[in-house]
Amino acid sequence: MISQKDVEHIAKLARIELNEKEKEKFSQELSLILDYIKQLNEVDTDDVEPTSQVTGISNALRDDESVNNLNNQDKIIEQFPERKETLLKVKAILERGN
Amino acid sequence: MEIKNLTIRDIQTGLDNNDFTGGELAAEYFASIKKENQKLNVYLSVFDDKEMKFDKKGELWGSFCAVKDNILIEDTIATAGSKILENYKATYSATVIRKLIGAGVNFLGKTNLDEFAMGSSTENSAFGPAKNPHDLKRVPGGSSGGSGAAVAAGLATFALGSDTGGSIRTPASFCGVVGLKPTYGRVSRHGLIAMGSSLDQIGSITKNVYDSALVLKTIAGRDPLDSTTAEIEVPDYTKELKKDIKGLKIGVPKEYFAVPAEALGEGGGRGLDPDVEKKIREAISIFKNLGAEIIDVSLPHSKYALAVYYIIMPCEVSANLARFDGIKYGYSVTGDNKQATSLLEVYEKSRAKGFGNEPRRRIMLGTYALSAGYYDAYYLKAQKVRTLIKKDFDEAFKKVDVIIGPTSPAPAFKIGEKEDPLSMYLADIYTVSHNLAGIPAISIPCGFIEKEGSKLPVGLQIAGKHFNEGTILRAAHNFEQALKNG
Repeated sequence: MISQKDVEHIAKLARIELNEKEKEKFSQELSLILDYIKQLNEVDTDDVEPTSQVTGISNALRDDESVNNLNNQDKIIEQFPERKETLLKVKAILERGN
Repeated sequence: MEIKNLTIRDIQTGLDNNDFTGGELAAEYFASIKKENQKLNVYLSVFDDKEMKFDKKGELWGSFCAVKDNILIEDTIATAGSKILENYKATYSATVIRKLIGAGVNFLGKTNLDEFAMGSSTENSAFGPAKNPHDLKRVPGGSSGGSGAAVAAGLATFALGSDTGGSIRTPASFCGVVGLKPTYGRVSRHGLIAMGSSLDQIGSITKNVYDSALVLKTIAGRDPLDSTTAEIEVPDYTKELKKDIKGLKIGVPKEYFAVPAEALGEGGGRGLDPDVEKKIREAISIFKNLGAEIIDVSLPHSKYALAVYYIIMPCEVSANLARFDGIKYGYSVTGDNKQATSLLEVYEKSRAKGFGNEPRRRIMLGTYALSAGYYDAYYLKAQKVRTLIKKDFDEAFKKVDVIIGPTSPAPAFKIGEKEDPLSMYLADIYTVSHNLAGIPAISIPCGFIEKEGSKLPVGLQIAGKHFNEGTILRAAHNFEQALKNG
């Protein structure tokens, strides 16, 4: 049901690199799971509203005032995998070009 | 000193009577952990070098808590059971942690779990499975297996876990202890590493129902840092326990005891274990003797709950785990130019190497179900059936106060027994609906059954209406006392 090509596409979207063996394994496992899920088509949901959350709360607001109760910038910066002083270092997102 | 069975109240009484000091208790716990953890693998990190406080302040003073490793405690490692966070140091503490500290609790360490809370057995942990104290060849349940086993083995007074599809209740059931999943919105999720944001709840694993009520009283409440928490006042749940359950209307869903094929929506052989069913029926008799009224109810969409859960949860997972990308924290290949020269490679390789099989499986399932062309067929459809599942409970609760049933279809299985993902997912059959509907549910021990020479605990599940934890705790407490008094 899910081909290896589908798995390649999904892996790209999910930003996870897979080797050939993994692609085959996941295509089998995902197909099995999706097969089980197919039974939802039996259910008549024509006039049913979707539920995205069960609290019934909407628009939890607070006053537009600055609240600074977490002074943990140092701890956060310490976790950066690569940095230059307090700046987070990442690979280029734009290439030098003409 | 026998600390194994001490409840929160036992400890406070003992400290008041000078039977022992806080320091002696701490030393005993750490000594036990040192002795047993190699065998049980329940703790991923132990706080034996941290300062403990023993002043008599706060309702839970004197007690020692084990915390599931997906709940943040500032300045300590939080792995979420994954290599991708193996060295991640939490930069803040979860709201529940701050509340427990205020209540006088000391923390013993972080417990083992299925990676990112994905699993029902703790076998998906990147740091090895935890073992069930009742039979070391069997799983303690999951994903809060470390927490469940720690409490059962007496390596903590109580523990914190998280429950998205049964992850507090299944370990409680397999390990023979009490596990409570509160109403969605009752307890703050701030500081809980998110899995399924519309399903997750933090809850406690305790030795008895009284401790469960006490801990809930402390951790529940509106939190401005979690907009999904309710404005509803937190009652003193312990006061509810004193009342009896005469006239309590208890619903028993017929679908829970249906022929296995019907109950699970597919071929039998994976149905309700007849020994478990016997224990649940005995429990129903006990409730009758306590004066409760047993009423048959129907939850017609029960059989679709698992399918709904295994679409909605992976979809939410795919969004929540996108943040683990090797950029700001966690495992990253970015420093190694042999491995990654582009930003895309940093993402793809950090995630491929950092995540185990189950997270990758669920991220991909969710990515697929949310992708263009499939969103309506899968995610939207699942959300609509979710509405029907919630409506089933709303209808049933017009006739009854609580709904009971088994927590798990069978007792603890053997490590390595469930080889394919689907057969593992089926272990959640009785627990996922409550997360989908957002209702509270507790698992309490209701006896033991024998399998291959081992005595294995069986869990009874009691579910209630939204924000009605008082009622399910009252039912649970009365049952627990009846079972104790024989």
